[in-house]
Amino acid sequence: MATKVVMEALSPTMEEGRLVKWLKNEGDKIASGETLAEVETDKAVMELVARGEGVLRKRLLGEGATAPVGQLVAVIAAPDENIDALIGGAGGDAAPAKDAKPAEEVVAKTEETAGASSVPRATEQAQGEASAPPQQKVPAFRMGTAAPKGQAPPSPTPATEQPRDGGNGEGRARTSPLARRLARERGLDLQTVRGTGPGGRIIKRDIEAAVAEGVAAQPAAAGAPAAAPPREGDFNDVPLTQMRKTIARRLSESLGPIPTFYLTADFDMDRVAEMRTAMVEMGDEFKVSVNDIVMKAVATALTLHPEVNAHWLGDRIRYFNRVHLGMAVAVEDGLITPVIFDADRKRMSEISREARELAKRARDRRLKPDEYTGATFSVSNLGMFGIEHFTAIINPPETAILAIGAVEKKPVYVNGELAARQRMRVTMSCDHRVIDGATGARFLQTLRRMLENPLMLVY
Amino acid sequence: MPQKKSSEQNGASGSIDAAARGDAALRRDLLREMLLIRRFEERCAEAYAIGKIGGFCHLYIGQEGVGVGAISSLREDDYVIASYREHGQALARGISPRAVMAELFGRVDGCSKGKGGSMHLFDRNVNFLGGHGIVGGHLPIATGVGFAIKYRGGDQVCVCFFGEAAVNNGAFHEALNMAALWKLPVIYLIENNRYGMGTALERASAINDIAERACSYDMPSEVVDGQDVLAVRAATMRALQRARSESIPTLLEVRTYRFMGHSMSDAVSGTYRSKEELEEHMKRDPIVVLRMTMEQEDGWTDADTSKLDEEVKAVVQDAWDFADASPEPPLEALYEDVFVDTTS
Amino acid sequence: MPIITYRDALNQALREEMQRDDRVFLMGEEVGVYQGAYKVSKGMLQEFGEMRVVDTPITELGFAGVGVGAAMVGLRPIIEFMTWNFALLALDQVVNSAAKMLSMSGGQYPMAMVFRGPNGAALQLSAQHSQAWESWLAHIPGLKVVAPGTPYDAKGLLKSAIRDDNPVIVLEGEMLYNTKGEVPENEEVVVPLGQAEVKREGADVSFITWGKMVLVAQQAAEQLAKENIAAEIIDLRTLNPMDADAIASSVSKTNRAVVLEEGWSVAGFGAHVADFVQRECFDDLDAPVLRVHQEDVPMPYAKNLERAAKPDAKKAVAAAKKVLYLEN
Repeated sequence: MATKVVMEALSPTMEEGRLVKWLKNEGDKIASGETLAEVETDKAVMELVARGEGVLRKRLLGEGATAPVGQLVAVIAAPDENIDALIGGAGGDAAPAKDAKPAEEVVAKTEETAGASSVPRATEQAQGEASAPPQQKVPAFRMGTAAPKGQAPPSPTPATEQPRDGGNGEGRARTSPLARRLARERGLDLQTVRGTGPGGRIIKRDIEAAVAEGVAAQPAAAGAPAAAPPREGDFNDVPLTQMRKTIARRLSESLGPIPTFYLTADFDMDRVAEMRTAMVEMGDEFKVSVNDIVMKAVATALTLHPEVNAHWLGDRIRYFNRVHLGMAVAVEDGLITPVIFDADRKRMSEISREARELAKRARDRRLKPDEYTGATFSVSNLGMFGIEHFTAIINPPETAILAIGAVEKKPVYVNGELAARQRMRVTMSCDHRVIDGATGARFLQTLRRMLENPLMLVY
Repeated sequence: MPQKKSSEQNGASGSIDAAARGDAALRRDLLREMLLIRRFEERCAEAYAIGKIGGFCHLYIGQEGVGVGAISSLREDDYVIASYREHGQALARGISPRAVMAELFGRVDGCSKGKGGSMHLFDRNVNFLGGHGIVGGHLPIATGVGFAIKYRGGDQVCVCFFGEAAVNNGAFHEALNMAALWKLPVIYLIENNRYGMGTALERASAINDIAERACSYDMPSEVVDGQDVLAVRAATMRALQRARSESIPTLLEVRTYRFMGHSMSDAVSGTYRSKEELEEHMKRDPIVVLRMTMEQEDGWTDADTSKLDEEVKAVVQDAWDFADASPEPPLEALYEDVFVDTTS
Repeated sequence: MPIITYRDALNQALREEMQRDDRVFLMGEEVGVYQGAYKVSKGMLQEFGEMRVVDTPITELGFAGVGVGAAMVGLRPIIEFMTWNFALLALDQVVNSAAKMLSMSGGQYPMAMVFRGPNGAALQLSAQHSQAWESWLAHIPGLKVVAPGTPYDAKGLLKSAIRDDNPVIVLEGEMLYNTKGEVPENEEVVVPLGQAEVKREGADVSFITWGKMVLVAQQAAEQLAKENIAAEIIDLRTLNPMDADAIASSVSKTNRAVVLEEGWSVAGFGAHVADFVQRECFDDLDAPVLRVHQEDVPMPYAKNLERAAKPDAKKAVAAAKKVLYLEN
């Protein structure tokens, strides 16, 4: 009598579990109550135990892969028992019945023609799945997009959504590596692009033409800007842990799609003011604004806190190793956020010059798209309007924005004495799916140290 | 005739002969050095058989008198460079048996950090410029060392050991021509062990008295009995004097015999030489030849030999144990010493 | 700034370094009394004497080995080959001795020395005297290889090569000796090994090249400019170690690479460059990497055949247009 092993609800709120590690191999003898696998729930790593006895005949979920509660993940049965039907059923569980049916038809055909094979195709596929190294398989699951065919999970994704060049043989769209990359970045379906290179190869100019014609299709994720710099090594993609998923889901339910919270801090700006005065006295070429200094400090602080220099990408968090600082600029009929790329590596004078130029071009409406996309963190300053304190709205997929108020002289206690000091209030809006309170607070702590001791910026 | 040139010098070198023969203490040291090499090489054969030494391994057994005789007459600041059959010269020059054995075992404490192996023993501390694996390749290098000595105005000498088969190589001609042309202090020492691998001298060289090749370069030369360590010393000292005082190179043809095969994969006798020939030559074992002199002149006894033998066996055992305990080079060493990071 | 020939730039480098360090000496065929087969060492015998400017017999293997021996005991030889074609006789010393001594001695014997001479084809010298050796030499671990294309680089690279404590191969060009360029007079001209230079900026296609082919690349870039195509020229200057970053940064900008080399194609250094580009710049490529090289034949004597065999500006222009999808 076969026993189905399913993903069990191992915590009250668990909806799916990630199989961390199998503790039994196929062919192992299993006693009822024995631990079969470790499963990560939204809260902790728990044990999945056998509810029957026999031999572990089939494992249907690879290590590292996730399954909803109730999905069949293994079968325990007598050594010679026929479990094909059970596994076929599993395919039905995991994928829509629509998919399972043709598979059965294929099986039938195979039996007719080859006769010898009694292994259903779905089983082969499941085997391939289970034995695939998890690091290959899991991302394929999570990306939900162009997974190479050999690794495709039994998902209901219609074949037409796969890029044609992801397959093999006839009908493959020949595409230059650059064109492929550009299409990916701009969310362009290569199928919609006509190739003009040798043999119909899609090349850069074809992508540009397609974009110009407005063929540009649906972006990969709603609201995701196209120009996140995609170079390997510029970022680390971290799959969501169960806890992160739960936080994301619960908090989104509570507070709109981006569960935002706010951290406000009051900085002493006396030394920044001194520094700026000193620089102005050195001559026009050294003149920088307080905002330039703040931008430099933010960029520098971000290099120490990659945990707030991130994008939320739905199925994972992308932590950046480079700092591209967005800078909100008010224009006649709205707002635009040009980007100072690699701001952490730029000198203050460069930031100052670039900020001025970008702001001017923004007001002249002469910014190019790649100049206002790709920020990893943004800053909005309303100090010049005399605004003391405000909150800014996060520009997704960024996960934080810093609102900067005016620098004003205020009475504060310094070493027990009341003194008049230059103060500035900032408020950081944080996406709670990515940033927790303490995480944001630590960033602001660093920023405070830098602005209150601006010499740190030259260290 | 080139021999004439050296015999002309012989008249003035009665004192050299005496110095070469030395006293009882010196002869004891020479015997000890030859015995050390003999025992060391025997253990190498054993280590090779059990896989502790790999690759090519060329033993020096039978030729100990050549290396020991020549090197014992050098100064510390002279240079020695050799071919790939150089365990003996390396030990005679003073590289520690531990460092040589560790190198043969491919260990980090080897004299070349385990990167060289049997054919590439080096030690800068004793001016041992290496074992070199391409026949004839190191002869021009020796000429270059002689050039550098002259460039700096020094009076050191470079002694270059190579087998008789190298004289048929173009590098031999190029190296000796320049050394004679420019009068460089180099001793080119042919260890004529009669076979280039398996090819007898007569089957490889148009002339059999290869010392005569020196005529082509108007270079002094001498034929020496390589099984008599004292004779090798004397000839080397004559060449050294020429080199130091007049900056004149010498070609020494030292006639010897290897008691083992060319390398470890070669039978001791068989296809290219007969057992009888081998046995005939083994009667003139350089160790026995010196021992007989010592028995006659120094009252040396078999008991003295046994005692010395035990002593060197212990040294070789210590070298083995040291090499065995030395770690393999760390993997990080793979990319080390390909380039240096310095400029001058 | 003074404009001098490539030959004089080399002469300046040699003299300055020999004045700076008395361990440095020059050795080779006809370097002294004859004043250099290509007059690179003109005046040096008179300045430094015959111990430091050494005429050798015609004995390439021999004097290359002399250089190795001298380097082992602390001198800093510059070994001149009348041409690299003759150096073939000396490759045992270059490859088996100079390149490996440091490694096989476990780091005890660095080889601070230079092997230099003209490389590549000149005009109608036929098969044995017309060949480029960089692919052979850059292949060997333990050798650094430079190929200057301008007088400035010739001086700067040769000086760096002489100062480097490793064996450095300097590939000069018979056809380059008379070319002219600016070389400052009163400042030290030193070009670090391993650094490429952007000889011309452009956004449309990258010519990656070295040595004599820098001139060819410049001619090709001029022609392309007339058609509004901006070619960028990356002069590698040093082949080993190769400046990979310079290549990557240019290709990521232009998305197209054409490698120009003097030698034959099979297992040529250009194949190494192309390998690097496909591996490290894959997602930046809009077209396959193309190579312009000598035809795979021994160099013929007849003028027209020689011209057809050599890589030239016309072939470079055609390759550039091909990667730009302007021609098939």
